[in-house]
Amino acid sequence: MKKILIAAMIAVFATGSAYAQTVRMGTEGAYPPYNFINDKGEIDGFERNVGDKLCEIAKLECVWVKNDWDSIIPNLVSGNYDTIIAGMSITEERDKVIDFTDPYFPADPSAYMALAGAGADVTKGNVAAQVNTIQSGHVAGSGATLVEFATPDETTAAVRSGEADAVFADKAFLQKIVDESKGELIFIGEEVILGKGVGLGVRESDAELKGKLNAAIAIMKKDGSLNALIAKWFDGMKGPY
Amino acid sequence: MCSDPSLLEGWQWLWCYLSTPKHQQFYASFLVVFAVLIVTAPVTMILGFAGALARRSAFLPLRCFGIVYTSMIRGVPEIIFFLFVPIALDQLVEFIRHRIKCPEITDPIYQGADFVVCMAAKMPLGSSPQWAHGLWGFTLAVIAFSIVYGAFAANTLHGALNAVPQNQLETARAFGMSERQIFRRIHLPQMWTYALPGLSNLWMILIKATPLLFLLGIEDIVYWAKELGGAKTSYFAYPHPDWRLWYFLALLVFYLSLTRVSEVVFKSLTARVSKGQSLLGQATAS
Repeated sequence: MKKILIAAMIAVFATGSAYAQTVRMGTEGAYPPYNFINDKGEIDGFERNVGDKLCEIAKLECVWVKNDWDSIIPNLVSGNYDTIIAGMSITEERDKVIDFTDPYFPADPSAYMALAGAGADVTKGNVAAQVNTIQSGHVAGSGATLVEFATPDETTAAVRSGEADAVFADKAFLQKIVDESKGELIFIGEEVILGKGVGLGVRESDAELKGKLNAAIAIMKKDGSLNALIAKWFDGMKGPY
Repeated sequence: MCSDPSLLEGWQWLWCYLSTPKHQQFYASFLVVFAVLIVTAPVTMILGFAGALARRSAFLPLRCFGIVYTSMIRGVPEIIFFLFVPIALDQLVEFIRHRIKCPEITDPIYQGADFVVCMAAKMPLGSSPQWAHGLWGFTLAVIAFSIVYGAFAANTLHGALNAVPQNQLETARAFGMSERQIFRRIHLPQMWTYALPGLSNLWMILIKATPLLFLLGIEDIVYWAKELGGAKTSYFAYPHPDWRLWYFLALLVFYLSLTRVSEVVFKSLTARVSKGQSLLGQATAS
């Protein structure tokens, strides 16, 4: 027993003299087309492609890590991974806690989705949004009753089940759901543009990584590869870069 | 056969769907639940015994420690402990490693909200493979589980040790046995009959607490059921509506069968340890 304990202590406190710079990329894996877990069980989506390309340009060795959305900032800050790449809009509130790179995706419209024919009113009824998103902040200030959920999937399920009158989320996320609902779900109300675009989140103390990523993003914007990825994942959308 | 899912129909589609690599990860996560139970149960028993014996110790500080351990954890919701212990332990280990490996860095470790240790102090290292991160998370979770349920086990065992009739111990003393012999030959074997109902209860609670692993960021069966069950659009090879109900139903059946099997095992165990204990036989008969 004692020997096992000592061996364990050595393993915990003495390992790893040789290490390379590995960057751990934290994402949610539940927000297609930005990021999701495909049927192979791997992280896939727009941000997977962007992230892999950025790492290739910046010559970083990258590993992908899944983390729930509601703890994604605390776990970055405590060092479980080194970046957040999860469709996170750059906002001043978040900027106080973490740092953002330059945006790799423009500020995109958010939209309301509701059951067709239910006549939902997005300024009064119950509106679902994912917790700690810019959309949930917007709903809270819109006069509607905010119903928050931990995952994007639960917000749309709440509309189908009638628990919420509408859901407010990135239009790109809702688009396929509306398209494939056979007319059951529709967009209602007005689209709103929120935030200052989507960037990677890094620790405030991690200026070096931020610099490397910004340089790589600039290269991708210049050579058109970022626009190509935006077009690939967002139904031919024309990238602004 | 499963190469183009859009052409499949009916049972073939379902078969291919249920055998995707993603589903295989779901099936593998059932093993995580068993692993937690198999590792946690013995550690819990060891901590339980240590706690119970500490509470009976003649040495005051040790007795105080035993009482504080059992009563403090009983008074705190488990969830708080499960959230607190892994974070605290993780930071403690990294703090110590930081002090050992990077003594030259004198910057404060807490910079605002950031917990900053040098690269070499990370546990596990940033460059470690993903399984190492998983194993570390699993270890922290098991430690948190063991500390909490160890306190409950300590209470149960403490009560059971007290419940053994005094005249049994006095008789042993009259036979001239030493205290150690009394404990091993008389006290401990008879204690089990009193402890087993409580311990079986604890085992059931432990089984039912395993979904809390989900809270600790471990990809257990609840995580996968939620992930797989959610509605899928055509970004996925196997689009389907919201099927969470069916996945959770499967978990329900799994847990019910697990607790049912445990019940049967504990019943036969109880029968075995009560053999020849006439006093207890009356107690259970009445």
